[in-house]
Amino acid sequence: MPTTLKKTNVVIVGLGAAGGVACLPLAQAGIEVIGLDAGPRLNTRDMAPDELRLNRGVWPPGPQKTDGEAPTFRANASATAVQGTHPMMNAVGGTSIHYWAQSWRLNPWDFKVRSETIRRYGAARIPKGSTIEDWPFDYNELESYYDKVEYAIGVSGKAGNINGKIDQQGNIFEAPRKREYPMPALRSTGFTEKMATAARSLGWHPFPGPAGIASKSYEGRAGCVYHGYCSGGGCHVNAKSSTAVTTIPRAEKTGRFSVVPEARVTTIETDTNGRVTGVTYIKGGQEYFQPADVVLVAGYVYENVRLLLLSKSKAYPNGLSNNHGQVGKHYFSHNQGASVSALFPFALNNWYGAPAQGVGVDNWADDNFDHSGLDFIGGGNMWVYTERRPIASVNGLGTWLQGKPTWGSAWKAFVKENADRTNSAYLQKTTLPYEDNYLDLDPTVKDSFGAPVIRITGEFKDNEKRIALFMHEKMEQWYKAAGASIIQRQQVGNAMGPTTHAYGGTRMGSNAETNVVNGWGFSHEAPNLGILGASVMGTSGARNPTLTLQAIAWRTAEYLAKNWKTVAG
Amino acid sequence: MEPISRREMLKRLGTAIGVATVLPLPAATRARAQAAIAETFISFTPAEAETLRAIVARLIPADENGPGALEARADRYIDRALSGALKSSRAAYTTGLASVNAQAQSLKNAAFSRLSPADQDAVLTNIQQNAAAFFNLVRNHTIQGTFSDPFYGGNANFIGWDLIGYPGARTTVAANLQLLDRKPEPSRKSAYDYGMFSKGEI
Repeated sequence: MPTTLKKTNVVIVGLGAAGGVACLPLAQAGIEVIGLDAGPRLNTRDMAPDELRLNRGVWPPGPQKTDGEAPTFRANASATAVQGTHPMMNAVGGTSIHYWAQSWRLNPWDFKVRSETIRRYGAARIPKGSTIEDWPFDYNELESYYDKVEYAIGVSGKAGNINGKIDQQGNIFEAPRKREYPMPALRSTGFTEKMATAARSLGWHPFPGPAGIASKSYEGRAGCVYHGYCSGGGCHVNAKSSTAVTTIPRAEKTGRFSVVPEARVTTIETDTNGRVTGVTYIKGGQEYFQPADVVLVAGYVYENVRLLLLSKSKAYPNGLSNNHGQVGKHYFSHNQGASVSALFPFALNNWYGAPAQGVGVDNWADDNFDHSGLDFIGGGNMWVYTERRPIASVNGLGTWLQGKPTWGSAWKAFVKENADRTNSAYLQKTTLPYEDNYLDLDPTVKDSFGAPVIRITGEFKDNEKRIALFMHEKMEQWYKAAGASIIQRQQVGNAMGPTTHAYGGTRMGSNAETNVVNGWGFSHEAPNLGILGASVMGTSGARNPTLTLQAIAWRTAEYLAKNWKTVAG
Repeated sequence: MEPISRREMLKRLGTAIGVATVLPLPAATRARAQAAIAETFISFTPAEAETLRAIVARLIPADENGPGALEARADRYIDRALSGALKSSRAAYTTGLASVNAQAQSLKNAAFSRLSPADQDAVLTNIQQNAAAFFNLVRNHTIQGTFSDPFYGGNANFIGWDLIGYPGARTTVAANLQLLDRKPEPSRKSAYDYGMFSKGEI
C-alpha cells in the first residue's frame, strides 16, 4: 500500500521546460503546488565542457528514469517497430538544461494553417489524409504569454517587428511583438557574418535568432561565455535560461512550491466520477500517493501520452482522458532532418560558440512566400550556427572522404586540413498531422519497471518531403554564395523516429471528438486534469517548440489560478 | 617542450626524405615508446598491448603532419577505459587482437608488431574489410584517445587538438576568438584544469 501524503492544491508531473514555468504563476497566485521530477537536482559542477562525457551518455549524473524508456518506431502499421534512442532528460529543469535554447515564437500562419490555406489557395491544397485543424486561439492571444515567458526566463534576440514597425536588423517576417527582447541577440562571429552577407547578396533577410540564453548579465545570472559545449550540455555559468535556474527557484521562494526530485510517477488516479484525485509515485523504493485538487501532466510528449494510456480506471478503461480515442492521435515528429552540408576552402574558426549563436533566414518559411505554383504548403527556417567539438569534427568528416582512406597518413592529412572547414545547416520545416501517424503502447517492449514504452507509427508524407527538397535548393544557394566549394544534401527520409521535436498525442482544440484538451489545456473528459508541453500542439511551424509550449503552459497555469473554483471543484 | 621538438624533427625528416608514404619510427620516438610499454597496462596483457600499440600507430601515424595516436597515448586511453567506462568492449579486444596477430602470422610468420608498416597496413586493410566491427571499434577508440580531453589519459600534450587546430577547453571565450581570419591561441587546458567541475568515470 502506498503511503498517502497530505493533500495539495496542484501536483505537477515533470519539472522541465513546461512544468518548470507553470509552477511560477500558480505559486505567485497563492496556490499550493508540489512538483515531481524523476531526476535529481544538478548544479554547475555537473556541467563540464567534456565531449567524451557527453557522448558516452553517462551525463547527467544521478538516477535517470528515461533509460530503457525510448519509444519504438515503425513507418506504418504493417511494419515491425524497433526501439530508438532519445535525449529526454530526467532532472529538475528537464531537457531545458541541455537544449539548444532557440526560443522562437510561432508565425501567425501556424495557428491557422487550415483556414489560411483554404482562403489563399483553396481547400484542395490541404494535403490528403491530414487531420490538421486551426488552433483554438490565434497568435494575438498567445502574444502576451510569449512576452511573459521571454522576460521570466530571459530570452536574447533582436525584434524585427514591434507593433507593426519593421526593423531590418531583426526578422522582418516575425509576428508583431509588443516590445523588444529582454536582452540583445547573442553576438555574431566571423563565420555567421560571412553567411549573413551571402544571404543579403541573394536578396534575403538574415537575422540573429532568439535564444533562451542570457547575452549579458540578467537577474543575477551571467551572460553567455560561448565555450562550445552548449548542445546537449548544461551551462556552468547558468547563462542558459533553463527553468532550473529561473522560474523554478523563483516559485520556490514564494514558499508555496515544493520540489520532490527523483520521484517517478507511475499512475494518475481517478474517482468514479472521472475526476483525477492525485498521482502515485515511487521514490527511494517506496510508493506514495500524492492527493491533489488538480493534476498537471508536464512530461515529454512520449511520456505524457504513456502516462495517460497507463492510467486505466473504471471511468477510463482505455487510459485516462481517452474515452474518445484521441490520446496518441495527431502525433508527428518535426521534419528537421534532411540537412545540407558544405565544405569550404578555408577554415571557419567555428570551434567555440553555441547552436543558438547563428544566423537565420525566414524568406522560405511558413507562408512567407507565394505557394500558388508550388506542390506543397508551409516551408522551412534555415539556420546556420557555431559550435564544433574535436571528436565530432573528426568523425563528421566521414561523409566527405568519398572513398578516400579512413585511416593512415592520407586520412590524417585530410583531417588536419578539413576539420574546421565544414558546416551543416539546421533546416526546420512545417510538419502536419495525418490520420495514420500516431502513438500507442508497444505490445512487447517494456522499460526497466515493466511498463510498456511508447510506439511511434509514422512517416513523412509528400508535403513534408517536397518542402525538404525545396529547402535543399535554397540552402545550397546560400552556402555557395558564401564561398562553399562542395555541397552535400542529406537524404529526405520516410520514417518518423523518436525526435527532440515531437508534437501532438494530446492535441488542444475545442472539438472533444478530435482533441484531448480544450482551448485552455484542460481535459475534455477529466475536468481537473491539465496537460502541458508540445503534446498539446497541433502544428509545428518551422521552429523549435520550446518557447511556444512554455507560453501555452503559462497560459494554462494562469487560467487555472483565475478559475480555481471552476477547475478544482 | 619535447613534443614540439619532436614535431619539428619529424617535419625536417619528412622534408629530407621527400615525404615517404611510410616513415620508420624515429629513434627518439622508438626509445620513448619502449619506455612507455614498460609502464604497466591495467587491462591488456603485455602481448595484447604490443599489438594494440602497433595498430594505433598505423591508424593515426606519426608523420610529416606531426605525432600520431601512439604519441598521444591513445593506447593508454583504451587500456584504462577498458577497465572503466568501456569495459563492455574488453572481450572484443581479446578476440580482435588475437585475430590481428593470427593474420600477421599467416602472412609473414611474425607477430603483428614485428611486421613492416606496409605489411601492417595490409593486415589492417584486411581486418577493415572482413572484421569491420572490431576495426571500427578500435578506430573509434583510437580517435577518442587522440582527440578527447586529456583527462582520460590520451591526447597527451594536446597532440590531437593541435593536429586539427582545436584551441582547447575554455570556460570563457572572448569575441576575438571567433573571427574568421584570426586563429585563437591554444588554451593548453583540459576542462578539469579549471577546478570547477566534478570528474567523470575514466
